[in-house]
Amino acid sequence: MKKLLSGNEAIARGAWESGVQVAAAYPGTPSTEILETLAPMPGVYAEWCPNEKVALDVAIGAAYAGARAMAVMKHVGLNVAADSLFYASMTGMEAPLVIVSADDPAMHSSQNEQDNRRYARFARVPCLEPSDSQEAKDLVGAALSISEEFDTPVMLRTTTRIAHSYTLVELGWREVEERSEPPPYRVDTRKYVMVPGNARRRHPVIEERIVRLARFAETFPYNRMEMGDRSLGIVTCGVAYQYAKEVFKDASILKLGMTYPLPPEMVRAFAAQVDRLIVLEELDPFIEEEIRLMGIEAEGKNIFPICGEFNPQVVRDSAIQAGLLAESARVEVKEPEKGPLPPRPPILCPGCPHRGVFHVTNKLKLVVNGDIGCYTLGFLPPQAAVHTCGCMGASIGVAHGVAKAGIKERNVAVIGDSTFFHTGLPALLNVAYNQGNTITIILDNRTTAMTGQQDNPGTGRTLRGEETVAVEFEGLAKAMGIEEVHTVDPYDLEEVEEALRACLAQDRPAVIVARRECALLPEVRRQWMPLKVDAERCNGCELCFQVGCPALVKSQELDEKTGRPKAWIDPLLCTGCEICAQVCARKAILFRSQLSVLPCQNGGKHDQV
Amino acid sequence: MTRFDFLLVGVGGQGVLLASDILAEVGLKAGHDAKKSEMHGMAQRGGSVVSHVRWAEKVLSPLIGLGEVDYLLALEKLEALRYIEMLRPGGTVIVNDHRISPVSVSSGNDEYPDDQRVRRVLSEVAAAVHFVPGVELAEELGNARASNVVMLGALSKLIAIDLDVWLEVIAERVPEKYVALNRQAFLKGRM
Repeated sequence: MKKLLSGNEAIARGAWESGVQVAAAYPGTPSTEILETLAPMPGVYAEWCPNEKVALDVAIGAAYAGARAMAVMKHVGLNVAADSLFYASMTGMEAPLVIVSADDPAMHSSQNEQDNRRYARFARVPCLEPSDSQEAKDLVGAALSISEEFDTPVMLRTTTRIAHSYTLVELGWREVEERSEPPPYRVDTRKYVMVPGNARRRHPVIEERIVRLARFAETFPYNRMEMGDRSLGIVTCGVAYQYAKEVFKDASILKLGMTYPLPPEMVRAFAAQVDRLIVLEELDPFIEEEIRLMGIEAEGKNIFPICGEFNPQVVRDSAIQAGLLAESARVEVKEPEKGPLPPRPPILCPGCPHRGVFHVTNKLKLVVNGDIGCYTLGFLPPQAAVHTCGCMGASIGVAHGVAKAGIKERNVAVIGDSTFFHTGLPALLNVAYNQGNTITIILDNRTTAMTGQQDNPGTGRTLRGEETVAVEFEGLAKAMGIEEVHTVDPYDLEEVEEALRACLAQDRPAVIVARRECALLPEVRRQWMPLKVDAERCNGCELCFQVGCPALVKSQELDEKTGRPKAWIDPLLCTGCEICAQVCARKAILFRSQLSVLPCQNGGKHDQV
Repeated sequence: MTRFDFLLVGVGGQGVLLASDILAEVGLKAGHDAKKSEMHGMAQRGGSVVSHVRWAEKVLSPLIGLGEVDYLLALEKLEALRYIEMLRPGGTVIVNDHRISPVSVSSGNDEYPDDQRVRRVLSEVAAAVHFVPGVELAEELGNARASNVVMLGALSKLIAIDLDVWLEVIAERVPEKYVALNRQAFLKGRM
């Protein structure tokens, strides 16, 4: 049976069919759906971990114990997990291990567009790259076989375009025999204890392994030549293969399903058969450099961009520019004069609790070191309340560094609940240990919102939907020796301000837990109640617009005295969080208690019909 | 070779992704190969949403190149304007006569383009521009949120595929309690 699957769904299916028993991940676009799809499948144990390093260690441990294992992460997640990648490469495992790295060319939802094939070479592990969902599914199985045969972790590298494109996949069934009991744990300290003496013995093993893998790559069925017109030979991989086939209809193609290590004989044979050899690959000139190192002349990044994502037009226009295609190949495009178009960037949702915290940090003119999550969007006007954002967990360490540099004004670190568990914990410990005076605000919206509401160690539920402990931030902070700990409701602006002022008055580490559920959680939607503006009282002062809520709109009605447009609340968007109502100086925005309608009237409007 | 390239655009929450799900499945049921490519993640946050759907004997690139879209299905007017150059000159636009103001407009800092400008710009590229009162038609059925399927109905009139195929896919793709509503919405769009 064939089915339209996203690359992520296909990887989950492939993992299930090829007998993966343990899978671990931290959510991250564009990889999140893999574990969400895999978790309910029979015979598989899957879990969300606090971060990618923990996830990889869990998968490695499972493979040490003889279970077929998978770790899944977005590209920057592998930075966090890199330490574990390197030791796993050195030790190998008892059972196969595949590491899925989902890269994000064009940075649709990331802070950089690093090319993780570099990690494969760096850590001496093979790297496989699918070109559509069918290959995404099949290469999981291939990765596990290679891992088993060569005793190495294998990287399966996808990109956003593969992860989130839906193409036809032939479905198969789980082929492995389910075992009732795991095999007894095999102790082998020479292989698994990476002290210098053992590690020195292992290093030549992995160098020799990569040489054998290069020989294996010569006959790996996902590396193949598709010979056509021999004046042009294109070496390509991943989604770029599809663009190559579409744009260069007749060219000869060397399609690589394994991009590290390369098959040297195959590359040589292909290069010898074509007049001009070019490499078509997104991001880094990874294959291009490898081919050049073989002493073969190849072009690539002199023709195609190193930044951003390819598409048929980028490939075609670059090829025409370089003389690879005739000018007549150009597609006619009409670009009418549109006039200015208002942008529509992603923004904090109506009812987002983060908005309340940012309103107060702005009021107190605080510099905010932000982190990775929905709340990063607080940097956008009109709030413009977030002033740095680098990577997961960076906020607290950065704010502490600012303070230790001698800046007298207090910086505030703002970090979400899931991000705090991810890498915020050791940074907060550092503030406590070194007695900095950083104020850390944990935006606890009871979910991992940005990636689509996944559970985390604070929510009391696991990936499998089981009930579990819900870790409390207040207790954690106190256990670190932080005495100044407050809990506030970010919908209550006065409460937030009071807590912040109390922290500012003390020269010591402080934590404020701003706890309020994400407005999009199902149980919160049922409580939505749109507010109203009393047009009699509103004089169009625009104060409420400073909170930057999409539900607040300038109406057509002008105030008689000032001539300014009055505010209006879009009942289809407003959730009734009352942040704007607290900001209004004229009490023109009615609170829930002043309205005479029932909740739920508008709840769930974001549901797909 | 028959080839259909559709670009579906709109605003997060409007149902662009469901509409493109249905469209891709219809292509498969009608005997084509099909691919669909879309952006996740930011869709819930009121951002602009784009989905590529391609039908052909064999689809290669999941993305449609600039100037190669045959049908631009826009669930919102400003988004139609934003992506119009993706359309093949002489292609077709089906646009929901519906306006969702971005924050910069609702807060009075930017101006939403007027209908005259929308029509003029779209017509400069497209041979045919169909304005459909998708939200109004869906409201007549008691649920404005079904306007995405109303718009699919409007698109279906222009493509020679049996009505039954469309209705079958809709019944498969939407939650059971909404099948009747979406069926009506689809048929309204075809009127």
